[in-house]
Amino acid sequence: MAGNQSMQKTGWKWSKEGYAKHAEQYKPKKPVAFNCLKAFTIGGLICALGQGITNFYIAFFGFTEQNAGNPTVATLIFLAVLLTGFGVYDNIGQFAGAGSAVPVTGFANSVASAAIEHRSEGWVLGVGGNMFKLAGAVIVYGVVAAFFVALVKKLWFLIF
Amino acid sequence: MSEYFIAFLVGGFICLIGQLMLDLTKMTPAHVMSTLVVAGVVMDGLGLYDPLIDFAGAGATVPITSFGHALYHGAWAEAEKNGLIGIITGIFEVPSAGISSAIVFGFLGALVFKPKG
Amino acid sequence: MNNLPRVSRQTWRFSKDIRILGSGVATGPLEGDGPLGKEFDCVFEDNYASEDSWEKAERKMLGKAVDAALQKARLTGEDIDVMLAGDLLNQIITSNYTARGLDLPLLGLFGACSTSMEGLAIAASLVEGGFVRYALTGCSSHNSTAERQFRYPTEYGGQKPPYAQWTVTGAGASVVGVGTAGPRITHATIGKVTDMGIKDPFDMGTAMAPAAADTIMKHFQDLNITPDYYDLIVTGDLGKVGYAILKDMLKDAGYEMSPHYRDCGMMIYRQDQDVFSGGSGCASSAVVTYSHIMNGLCSGKYQRVLVVATGALFSPVSFQQGESIPCIAHGVAMERVLA
Repeated sequence: MAGNQSMQKTGWKWSKEGYAKHAEQYKPKKPVAFNCLKAFTIGGLICALGQGITNFYIAFFGFTEQNAGNPTVATLIFLAVLLTGFGVYDNIGQFAGAGSAVPVTGFANSVASAAIEHRSEGWVLGVGGNMFKLAGAVIVYGVVAAFFVALVKKLWFLIF
Repeated sequence: MSEYFIAFLVGGFICLIGQLMLDLTKMTPAHVMSTLVVAGVVMDGLGLYDPLIDFAGAGATVPITSFGHALYHGAWAEAEKNGLIGIITGIFEVPSAGISSAIVFGFLGALVFKPKG
Repeated sequence: MNNLPRVSRQTWRFSKDIRILGSGVATGPLEGDGPLGKEFDCVFEDNYASEDSWEKAERKMLGKAVDAALQKARLTGEDIDVMLAGDLLNQIITSNYTARGLDLPLLGLFGACSTSMEGLAIAASLVEGGFVRYALTGCSSHNSTAERQFRYPTEYGGQKPPYAQWTVTGAGASVVGVGTAGPRITHATIGKVTDMGIKDPFDMGTAMAPAAADTIMKHFQDLNITPDYYDLIVTGDLGKVGYAILKDMLKDAGYEMSPHYRDCGMMIYRQDQDVFSGGSGCASSAVVTYSHIMNGLCSGKYQRVLVVATGALFSPVSFQQGESIPCIAHGVAMERVLA
């Protein structure tokens, strides 16, 4: 084991278990509190903007409280796609973290960024095939969860 | 004015939960979004999400949790009308606006824009 | 010690007068704006380098670096017997397509970000062995090609942690052969794959530091030297996090690195350029070695330099399957020869 001579040191730095555990101390900590503040503020502002758009559609286009959600979501998605295309949304994302990822605009960004990025691989396999590369998981788990929750609830009412 | 403030608070709070999941666990953004969608489904299944929308407006409809609410809502409404098959036919009824506009605008985005790097 | 080319299982000694006859560097705008920007041969004004895809842009940069290296060595493609090149993209397409345009025999390499020194060590050994007269070696990386292959689409709004690294956009190349001008390549130490169980793909500095420490200590032991034998020791792309870990690891092992040790990933960018922990990628070590360090060895600023290029040998599939990140580091020692 002449080749391993160099690794026969003692202390955490020289064992696999110790290293994975202790090397953490060298990493700058994520500024969790500040990140949360930014996420809260930006996320809140996007929702307040959504409220404004909702009120706009109710006031000027005769939508009701119940169905104004649809044009609101579509408008926010349109804005997010524009910001993604102009190369701004990734910078907002670096600043806001979950604040710009959790609102529906983040969903739109994950769809649009994949579509734009993979355009160089063609319209069908590139854009078409990759559009839901990131957002697909959200739809899959949303649908599966909705199916099973509805199924369980339905069966519950059938039996009792 | 207070409805904007409530939307801000509730929406911001949901984002804050997402940020905590990102920062304190090893979850990737895709894991966090999937979890929040499932949370939205479960909350609506328990009948909790509609009151939240009544209270917070866009603060509850804009975050991705409302996508779960929409998926479940359609599934349940159809299930009540048409029985079990309604779950399958109804799932995409309500969230259609979100999915369709994301696809169409995403496609148009790819048509117009080039990645900026 | 004997004088055979094989010093040990890992360390090679080159007895012929093997020189880096010429080297060239091409980068993107962010790198050009950094502290070493003035020493680069070609700085593109935008990351597309006037091409229509990121991949083509990376290719163009490698091509420019190769042109500059050949020009400075006063050689043409006809004189080159073999090209040794690699990059980070699947099936090393940048290297393959660049070599297609050059009409050269190619040996494709993959050592992730350690490819620069892997190529230089093999180039020197092929010259030493007499198989080639002149070897061309180079490597490249591009921030956007790497982002979209290893992480997310470039416009995706994900938040990176403060210990993440920024893939360097650029390429470096050099011509190696027996000659009378340029720095001499004296030794190479080939690294072993070292895996300390780090799984976070954003945290490559922590993952790679033990591999670098292993190679550097092996190099010192095999040649019976200490860090002050060199007036500059650089690692390829450990960033601030890995840099601090490596220094402490070697201190534990009895080597004081501080006065001579720097990291290429930290040298390329200014403190105020938003690159998190520092630069990474094949181009990190290649760009610094083939510009700043070559110039320093030619001007007399440096007499002896050890470059240890570090590589994280993972793929998106391996980390999604929960594997930890295996790492490697190759060292090449160079010295100034007084004319």
